[in-house]
Amino acid sequence: MSAQADEILARDEPDGPEPDGPKPAEGPAALGAYTRGYLARVRGGELGSIPALVGLIVITAVFAVVHQGFLSAYNIEALVIQAAPIIVMAMGLVFVLLLGEIDLSAGTTGGLCSAITAVLILRHGASWWLALVLGLLAGAVIGFGMGWLRARVGIPSFVITLATFLAFQGVTLILIGGQGSVILPDSSPLIRLENSFVPLWLGWVLLALFVAGYAAIKLTDALGRRRAGLSRVPFTVIAAKVVALAALGAAFTYELGINRNLTTNAFFANKAQGMPWVVVLLVILYAVWHFVLTRTRYGRHIYAVGGNEEASRRAGIVVSRIRISVFVICSGMAAVSGMVAASLLQSVQSNAGAGNTLLLAVGAAVIGGTSLFGGHGRVIDAVLGGLVVAVITNGMSDLIQGANSAGYEWVVTGAVLLLAAGFDAVVRRARAG
Amino acid sequence: MTSPMLELRGVEKSFGPVHVLSSVDFTANAGEVTALVGDNGAGKTTLVKCIGGIHRVDAGELIFEGSPQPVRGPRDAALLGVEIVYQDLALCENLDIVENMFLGREEITGRRTLDENSMEKLAERALASLSVRTVRSVRQVVASLSGGQRQTVAIAKSVLWKSKVVILDEPTASLGVAQTGQVLDLVRRLAGQGVAVILVSHNMNDVMKVADSIGVLFLGRMAAQVRRADVTQTQVVELITAGRSGDLGLSPAESTGAAL
Repeated sequence: MSAQADEILARDEPDGPEPDGPKPAEGPAALGAYTRGYLARVRGGELGSIPALVGLIVITAVFAVVHQGFLSAYNIEALVIQAAPIIVMAMGLVFVLLLGEIDLSAGTTGGLCSAITAVLILRHGASWWLALVLGLLAGAVIGFGMGWLRARVGIPSFVITLATFLAFQGVTLILIGGQGSVILPDSSPLIRLENSFVPLWLGWVLLALFVAGYAAIKLTDALGRRRAGLSRVPFTVIAAKVVALAALGAAFTYELGINRNLTTNAFFANKAQGMPWVVVLLVILYAVWHFVLTRTRYGRHIYAVGGNEEASRRAGIVVSRIRISVFVICSGMAAVSGMVAASLLQSVQSNAGAGNTLLLAVGAAVIGGTSLFGGHGRVIDAVLGGLVVAVITNGMSDLIQGANSAGYEWVVTGAVLLLAAGFDAVVRRARAG
Repeated sequence: MTSPMLELRGVEKSFGPVHVLSSVDFTANAGEVTALVGDNGAGKTTLVKCIGGIHRVDAGELIFEGSPQPVRGPRDAALLGVEIVYQDLALCENLDIVENMFLGREEITGRRTLDENSMEKLAERALASLSVRTVRSVRQVVASLSGGQRQTVAIAKSVLWKSKVVILDEPTASLGVAQTGQVLDLVRRLAGQGVAVILVSHNMNDVMKVADSIGVLFLGRMAAQVRRADVTQTQVVELITAGRSGDLGLSPAESTGAAL
């Protein structure tokens, strides 16, 4: 506890008995109270991850029924590596969406940054890590520029990022030149992110560490709250969540532990088993940004500015600094997403990040539960929404065949985004009412 | 008698050629509710903003607990223990009660993370000290609260921060009858904690019900500051509308605005 709090508490101490109300319930009564509180929040419009989870389960079930092999290890791996760049970009977008802003250029920013990295490696002989760092740095600088234009000059973010959306496509085209794409060398470690796999034993060790870490954090929180005499999440709920997480993780790790290499060709004899390395990257990025948003003063101030800018200003928060910083995070994450996409394709195309890249990422954040109106959103939204989007695109591409299949895919993706945005608007009205 | 918590002497404020406050004297005692009333344009808001440091006074003194203090900005006023609860309340609807009460002043643990537990305890304690029973949980988001509950949160914030002077700008303007009663009770309890409460209000019923002292502004002048017990509602209304009532208030010449 800080000195400030100590002082306030110390001045209160002589008042005699604690003015706190009755002690929070324990045991089954606590579980009942927790459940009632949860239901009340859901009725109040705080749906959390429910819609995204239900959606994910339903569409996965539908595709699993109509399309044999949808849940095969091979397809699960394809789903994960397709979802990864979408999820990473959506994580960054959550930050700008929390402020009620938009970054339409996240896709082309990612494309440009990956083009910078690829060109540095191939044409200038830069080492892969230096090229990677410079590419990511370019993303941060781009974000700073756009944030500055929004916060200091006052141009609406919609217009700034529409302009950069177009301009960066041009820059990428100029950088890569006439040949249409830059192929990354097979030796580049960048490629391994999406195309090589965590050894089986390490996968299980990482899963155990992840579940243990989650359980430790939840237990520490609950015990701290009990020590402070506050109502806490019942241990049964924590236990249930830990068991669910462990079971899901184990199923995932087991499934991806199956050898997916069906060729008997001696040349390709090495086994394809284990989860792609990008899964580790996703978990780390999730943990870092979730921590920043929920446990730091900076994260709290992002929510505050998104909720009521004037109130934040009166509370002494420097709004322009918060605003610039979220654009830096968004473009930086877009750059990471661009690298992941480059790893997936093992190359950078001259139209990298254009087309529906951004649409899918925004759709992911919104489907996950992040509001387009600011103030509501979490990093997990990007993960769940990204999985939903990946399942839809993956399932559709197998389901709809023929000359017009790409057209149908676009229509369905657009419809899902519109549906999610409509849902967001309706929930927002429920909250306000 | 000890010196008042806050005393204004000869405060002047102009915006360009417009003389908004002229030679205003006003006192607010600790443990009392001092109402500040006046017609639209009488200068109530300007006076409040001068106390809060949003406007700097052109002349005159702001005296806190007997010693004159320069108030050059909102930060100075905050350091002196002045808290203004604006009519729009300035709450973030997407944050819960604790998060709102600590906004911009969050407690931090040794590891630079938010100290949610101590913040929640302090917030609960502040609400309990005001005998607030209308709030189910301090972890409710503000969007789910009624107008009266929101007012309660804004007022409890000033208790939390040990404010010495709390200025409430029209706290009951948007509330129904029952909630108005609850907020007025809260105002009394706040004063009971030794705070100098300044209540800016248009509602004569509220003022007559809770105020110990009433300051009436008329065309930028302090027509009179009177004890509640010494006046009737009719006299206060006359002071507001005409600047004078019997031998109370401004001289006939001043009250016509001729002196301005």
